Amino acid sequence: MNFEQWKGFEKGDWQTEINVRDFIQKNYTPYEGNSSFLAVCTEKTKKLWDKVLDLYKQEHNSEGGVLDIDTKTVSTISAHDAGYIDKDLETIVGLQTNKPLKRAIMPFGGIRIVEKSCEAYGRKVDPEVEEIFHKYRKTHNDGVFSAYTPDIRAARSSHLITGLPDGYGRGRIIGDYRRIALYGVDILIEEKKKDLANLNMNELTEEIIRQREETSEQISALNSLKEMALKYGFDISKPATNSKEAVQWLYFGYLAAIKDQNGAAMSLGRTSTFLDIYFERDLKNGSITEAEAQEIMDHFVMKLRLVRFLRTPEYNELFSGDPVWVTESIGGMGIDGRTLVTKNSYRMLHTLENLGPAPEPNLTVLWSTRLPENFKRYTTNLSIKTSSIQYENDDLMRITLGDDYGIACCVSPMKIGKQMQFFGARANLAKTLLYAINGGKDEKTFKQVTPEFEPITSDYLDYDEVMKKFDQMMDYVAKIYIKALNIIHFMHDKYSYEAIEMALHDKEILRTMACGIAGLSVVADSLSAIKYAKVKVIRNQEGLAVDYQIEGDFPKFGNDDDRVDSIAVEIVKTFLNKLKKYQTYRNSKHTLSILTITSNVVYGKATGNTPDGRKEGSPFGPGANPLHGRDTNGALAVMNSIAKLPFDFAEDGISYTFSITPGTLGKSDDERVNNLVNMLDGYFAQTGHHINVNVFDRKLLEDAMEHPEKYPQLTIRVSGYAVHFTKLTREQQLDVINRTIHEKI
Amino acid sequence: MDYDLKYYAKVHSIESFGTVDGPGIRFVLFMQGCHLKCKYCHNRDTWDMKDGNYASLDDIFNKIMRYKNYIYPNGGVTITGGEPLLQVHFLIQLFTKLKEKGIHTCIDTSGMVSLTDDIKKLLNLTDLILLDIKHIDDEKCKDLVGFSNKLELEFAKYLSDNNIPMWIRQVLIPGYTDNKEDLLKLKKFLSTLKNVEKVEILPYHDLGKHKWLKLGLKYELDGTRTATNQDVKRAKEILGM
Repeated sequence: MNFEQWKGFEKGDWQTEINVRDFIQKNYTPYEGNSSFLAVCTEKTKKLWDKVLDLYKQEHNSEGGVLDIDTKTVSTISAHDAGYIDKDLETIVGLQTNKPLKRAIMPFGGIRIVEKSCEAYGRKVDPEVEEIFHKYRKTHNDGVFSAYTPDIRAARSSHLITGLPDGYGRGRIIGDYRRIALYGVDILIEEKKKDLANLNMNELTEEIIRQREETSEQISALNSLKEMALKYGFDISKPATNSKEAVQWLYFGYLAAIKDQNGAAMSLGRTSTFLDIYFERDLKNGSITEAEAQEIMDHFVMKLRLVRFLRTPEYNELFSGDPVWVTESIGGMGIDGRTLVTKNSYRMLHTLENLGPAPEPNLTVLWSTRLPENFKRYTTNLSIKTSSIQYENDDLMRITLGDDYGIACCVSPMKIGKQMQFFGARANLAKTLLYAINGGKDEKTFKQVTPEFEPITSDYLDYDEVMKKFDQMMDYVAKIYIKALNIIHFMHDKYSYEAIEMALHDKEILRTMACGIAGLSVVADSLSAIKYAKVKVIRNQEGLAVDYQIEGDFPKFGNDDDRVDSIAVEIVKTFLNKLKKYQTYRNSKHTLSILTITSNVVYGKATGNTPDGRKEGSPFGPGANPLHGRDTNGALAVMNSIAKLPFDFAEDGISYTFSITPGTLGKSDDERVNNLVNMLDGYFAQTGHHINVNVFDRKLLEDAMEHPEKYPQLTIRVSGYAVHFTKLTREQQLDVINRTIHEKI
Repeated sequence: MDYDLKYYAKVHSIESFGTVDGPGIRFVLFMQGCHLKCKYCHNRDTWDMKDGNYASLDDIFNKIMRYKNYIYPNGGVTITGGEPLLQVHFLIQLFTKLKEKGIHTCIDTSGMVSLTDDIKKLLNLTDLILLDIKHIDDEKCKDLVGFSNKLELEFAKYLSDNNIPMWIRQVLIPGYTDNKEDLLKLKKFLSTLKNVEKVEILPYHDLGKHKWLKLGLKYELDGTRTATNQDVKRAKEILGM
């Protein structure tokens, strides 16, 4: 392959095969300097951003925070006409529908969800669409529920397994959108056609037939992508010529994905450094200025901030604040020792200054202790100012994932274009423990949810007995959990296949079955209480354990105390090993995350009193966090506890949300930056995986609860993503304020 | 059981992420026990030697080393309390071990102790002293903390003569330590000292009051207002900062 558009690029394997990493490695310019080269936003950007802010305001004032819905057009890659905010001002174009913030309907995932969502916001789905999807076209949601077994239904409705993507899109797939800019769509189609030709063996097994069908769908999706771009006046069949086109081509790819799929997390990948190669070439040949380069990035990010999906209010309870998880992974180190930080890594982060803080895109810095000092300081300083950045351990992930992986959603790393996951939400292990004590009867409804197990009948809980029963119950939960996920992902592939995202993957990919744990610290503390203190069971008239009395003190997770931390580690290992006993759909690899997003509140609500003294209904700690107020040795002790959780057994990510007041972080701006840099270096050297950094005063949040109108852009990070604080429910706001804000007098 | 006070310390608590008691990130060890009776004390619960728990040298040292990734080389360990120097024998052992690992050592003290050979030995292992000047006026000092300031001023002089870096701290209490003449006197005293790297004015707050009440004690500074940023600014001006 050779193209005029590749002039000036260093040659390599990338020209004979689809290999974006090789292109990056051969062509990128590491940047170790400081941020002084950055440009402030242009007049054009200011004007355009003002329009977006105005749209936000209109959206905020609309019923349920939904500005408009296109209730007639079934969203596909090319279904909607071109839409603009203000065509003359936009450097990068493309909207999900024909108008900004107008939400699309995507009924392939489930028609009832679409109907419910529309009704919640005072709209009605077009009758023709309803007729088609009720009468003639089955959906993912229908598929799942036609196959669910009674035991799965019971586990699901009792919240033993929760948040399953059976009524919404699974998401968490990252298309390699860079391929479009580098190769143009025609080459990608040609390659897929070759794949299709190769998928013709002597024997056509079910798997080969499925792959043939999927590859054909991928080719159609790529054709639709070209068609969609043409509506905006761009022919993207050939590679991008310059930086502006590179961003535009790449964005069209992402846009196609979010027109096609209402996925729980629709992440962008690792694009900044790839794009930097184009910016560098243009800056060198004098065709753009730094201000223009920044303008392109600002406008790109503005588009990412406009991504919206139609979702039900119940969904919002699980994942609050209308998140999309347009996660962009920035920085990191290459395996050859050069940093992958470029000037464009800075430009991407600089959008937080030019446009102000925002939850999206979900800016994720891949931290290495060897990152350039300047970059460390720039990004931590921005964290302190905006609370909009999360950090993940590049030194840890690079070992198994190389240097071209990206984060999907919050903490899930995957090799870009080579790996995807079957998102599996999470099992409520705190409830599992209660079921172990009560023989599978629910502590709130008193219903028998699992088959009857022998309950514990003693007055005081015996550690060995509880562990034995907990082990059995985890086994049961693991089995039901994998069963449910197998059905869900079978049906998702069948009825709502992500053709465009998968078209931007290799033919041979690694699939993971991404399971999760909720309530880890509650379980660890409960078992610790049983082991180190005395826990007396309070039973109701029917003899069901409904409450617990603790006599004496016990070690609590979050204090770097091995006595309890080792229990947490053991649970993670045990649960993954149990999951592994069950065959997964498409032979996907079992993985585990310790991540709850904001659903720690909902899960807590659904769970009764626990033996650690946590009261019925009160929230779990988010992700791997200790339970509120249980940590008494300061923030680093918490980090050390969490860093003990083994990434090898939780490859889908271990989330920690850290909030601190400015005064506690340090006395001056300079000290705060230094301390945060040293803290992150320390945490990641300690093998911590992920951390959200929030820096704010409690008073500020309390004021924002009372006067949301004063804080339209106030952003906070929660368990792997960021949200507008004012978009959280009041319950979640209180949870954020009461959870571990490290504060000292 | 009897504890060998070289190898055991009476500890109040730890804070793994200290950022205000010395440079960088500090592992802060709060020692139990203090002989002063500062009316404004915000850690009243650290006074009584009978409270707190014994912890062994090895346990404390190993615990600190769990934080090496964070505190080395830009931060370090700060011992506060309570009055750390009351447990000088233990601290000599601990600091010897920490210095072997290259860890920065710091003590937050009133300096109200006699300069014994042991104290001198400990100071030799100490990279930084946070010296809390209780009151520059001897009579007022006696009233405020129950002791003459003679020892702490001598302590300061010793640090100065022996090239030990110090940060001077003055808690600013309206009506007690914010008198202009006193501050000028303090300024004059400080000008005689070498090795003062920093002077910190700590505004008085009453957030420690609940600890007095919890112990069933009367909070003597009840009614005294907390110091404002404006007060701090004024004091700094007087001190020529």
